[in-house]
Parts: sequence; C-alpha cells; structure tokens
Amino acid sequence: MTKKEVLVLEDLLGSNKKIATDIRKKLSQKGILTVNLMSSPGAGKTTLLESIAERLTPDHKMAVIEGDIETERDADRIRAKGIPAWQIITGGACHLEAKMIGKLFPEIPPDLDFLFIENVGNLVCPASYDLGENIRCVLLSTPEGDDKPKKYPKAFTTSDWLIITKADLVPLLPFDIGQAVKEAKDINPSLKVFSVSALKGKGVEELVGQLISTLKKLRKDNA
Amino acid sequence: MHELSIVANLFEILEEKVREKRGTKIFSVKLQVGALAGVVPEFLVTAFDIYKKDTIASEAELEIKEVPLKVQCKDCHKVMVKDDFIFICDHCGSTNLKTLEGTEMILEKMDIEI
Repeated sequence: MTKKEVLVLEDLLGSNKKIATDIRKKLSQKGILTVNLMSSPGAGKTTLLESIAERLTPDHKMAVIEGDIETERDADRIRAKGIPAWQIITGGACHLEAKMIGKLFPEIPPDLDFLFIENVGNLVCPASYDLGENIRCVLLSTPEGDDKPKKYPKAFTTSDWLIITKADLVPLLPFDIGQAVKEAKDINPSLKVFSVSALKGKGVEELVGQLISTLKKLRKDNA
Repeated sequence: MHELSIVANLFEILEEKVREKRGTKIFSVKLQVGALAGVVPEFLVTAFDIYKKDTIASEAELEIKEVPLKVQCKDCHKVMVKDDFIFICDHCGSTNLKTLEGTEMILEKMDIEI
C-alpha cells in the first residue's frame, strides 16, 4: 500500500466542451446559425424571440429550444407564433448543458436557418456552459439597473452580443444606457451592443439584420 | 449555484483516473480555479464534502488554488494581473488584450493509495 501523487491536468468542463464543439460543428455544417440567449429571469428573452420571429419568418426558418426549471409556458408562446419549439425542463437545474442540446439533435430539422436556445433565466451559472452556439447573447433589461455587467462578469465577458431590452422604459428609470454599455465594454471591449424594445418593436429590425448577415458569413465561411 | 454539477463532473474524472491507476482510495484532490471561472471556491468545497460520502474519496480533502486573471496586451506585449476584470491595458490603455489564465477550472492532481 503506497501513497502516490497523480498529475491529471484535466478541464472539469472538458466533457461539456467536447459535446458543444461537436454540436457547433454539425449545426454550422448544415448552415444553421445557433444563438444562445442568457439573462436574469424576466429580462425579456421570450418576448424578444417572439418579436424576432415576426420579422425573420417566413423568409427564414427558425426554431427555439427553451430551457426552464418548470413548465412548457415559454415553448407554448413560441409555438403560438408557428415556430417549432422544444421545452427542456431542467427540474431544478439552474442552467442548460451541451448534452441536453445533444439529446434533441435528431429532432432538429436540417433545413433551419436559425436555432435559438433560450437558457434558464440566471445570470450566473449558464455562463460556464458552452452549448455549441455560434453567437452568445446576454440580455440586460433596463429595470435591472446599469450596474449589472461588473457584478456578473462571466456572463458579459463570455458573450458576443449585449442586448439591452425594455429600452422604452429608460425615461421612467434611473438607467443610463451609456453607463451600462461602458460597464460591459470595460470587461469585454469586443462586445457588440443592441438596444431594443421588443414589445414596441424598436431596435429589433437592426438585430434581425445582424442575425441575417451573421448567418450569411457563417455560410460563406463554410462554403 | 452550479457547483454541485461541476463536482459531479469532477467525480467522473476522479473515478476514471483512479480506475486507470488501480488505486483504492483518494487522500486529496487539488483544483486550479480561475478568478473568472464563474464558480465560488467555498461552494465547490461544500459540494465536494457532500458528494464524497460513500465514494472512493470519502476521506479526501479538496484543495483549491485560486488563479488570478492574467492578461497580455497585444499592443505593448506587457503581462499583467487584472483583479478588477477591466480589459484595459494598465500600461498603454489598449483594449486589445489576450487572456492568458484565470478562466480555467482544472483538476491538477490527486494523491491516491495504490
């Protein structure tokens, strides 16, 4: 019986990263742009997706994977717009993992243009899990306050796009869009910023334009 | 609070490595956790102590080496530690920085009985 030191040097999230890399490769090869939406609960992820759906379809085909701790409510809202949606009920887990997306893989239509993944509402845990997305978006709604980026750095440093939602409420709130953008860009200078009001339809057109040009770039890079 | 999920992943790796080495028991486990790894080291220890019961690591202690966020400026090439996570070069003001370490979560080593 001897005591032995074993050097391992293995990434604790290595198995998630491996599955995510495989998902990203397969979906990209099919010409599908995958977008992971993260935010705190109630920031407006589902409302934004409804507003995006109205503008992307019928010219483009999209589908949505909804992650929630409980209920099919969000998937039902998306289906009501005529968009295919799958609900992942995590039963308590605070984030989605790549293997959950992998399980749905056989059901994803190969002729899609966009696959949106609406993560569990939580600004902390989802940030650690690559789901195989091409674009990671973090949403920050104006009632949450402009001081959130530095309080939740992982979500903002790992994202490609910041979408400030409920922008129409700014006149009613002590929310300074310039300050929110500065906070976010201090910790992630390459972040692309959008400001929208999904209910009023403001700013969504620009976001949809960016989604379409990103899809074209993905397909060009794959060609 | 996804520390328990991460500890579950840790145990998958530990069990596999111990099997490979034909070990019988784990005495200690050491992790490297970056300042921007998105986890709370204290919660990892708590989750580890809950999870280890009735496993090969039931008497093991978890040690965590916290790794600060280290970046290199791509313009002036200086290396610096960023405790505030602000991606602006302390020397030349550039925002063109490359992360060298501080986002990782790695199982560095373990002491086992063979």
